Amino acid sequence: MIGGLFIIITSQNYLKKVVGLAIFQTAVFVFFVSLAKVLDGTAPILTKMANAYSNPLPHVLILTAIVVGVATSALGLALVLQIYKNYETIEEKEIESLELKSDK
Amino acid sequence: MNFLLINFFLISLLLVTTFFIFKTTSLISVVALTGAFTLLCSAIYVNLDAVDVAFTEAAVGSGISTILMVMAAAKLPEGKKNKLINLFPSIILAVAISLILIIIIANLPLLGDPSAPIHLHVVPEYLKESKDFFHIPNVVTNILASYRGFDTLGETIVIFTAGLGVIALLTSNTLNRKTNFKKNKKNER
Repeated sequence: MIGGLFIIITSQNYLKKVVGLAIFQTAVFVFFVSLAKVLDGTAPILTKMANAYSNPLPHVLILTAIVVGVATSALGLALVLQIYKNYETIEEKEIESLELKSDK
Repeated sequence: MNFLLINFFLISLLLVTTFFIFKTTSLISVVALTGAFTLLCSAIYVNLDAVDVAFTEAAVGSGISTILMVMAAAKLPEGKKNKLINLFPSIILAVAISLILIIIIANLPLLGDPSAPIHLHVVPEYLKESKDFFHIPNVVTNILASYRGFDTLGETIVIFTAGLGVIALLTSNTLNRKTNFKKNKKNER
């Protein structure tokens, strides 16, 4: 999770920033699902054999969150493509220098 | 014990993958490593008894999102090797956040403890009643579609909005920025 945050802040490439955001999200999902685990439990599908189940509620929340996360990264990728169309680069420093040049 | 060992192994693999995503500059290898990352995550979900989440992560997270990223990376130029920005403040931020998280995790109930507060509130009723109400053995499906149906409706609205945004961004050719910028470039020459 910290790794994802680190990638978002330090890398200059915008596509890598989107990837860092996805890693950040996935780490949070793993944390949520680990809260739902019950020792000696099975997956929450009701059978006669099992007597303990993992908690299904965090699973449902994370199912929703995964799909929303993919929608978010799709929107981010579309933004990156549009930035590339306008500036012909996706490195942060180069865009900054182009902006400074065009202001003068 | 076996469960903990497998979990430890998978999480250390995740850390290695994150490190290599951080190191690589070539965009297409970053995308491939991200696919590997999400597949490892779905293995962790299976290990933690969340089979439905593992399905979704393997199909949506590692399938569709990797395809989208490959399509974007094909249109973009190769990544350049250049200096990292904001290195010092981000190290301070990362250390501070990890310290806070470690303090919080020390106060959480143990992994797999059946008497933790999360397992005591509404979930026992869900597990007991849902078979009689809906006649579906999979409790995750019951909660997703019935008990928490409005959440799922909200999710579809979010995805619809994101799709609209993507279409609007990819089809617009009349952004002001572009015309100004191109004109300036021509004047310079």
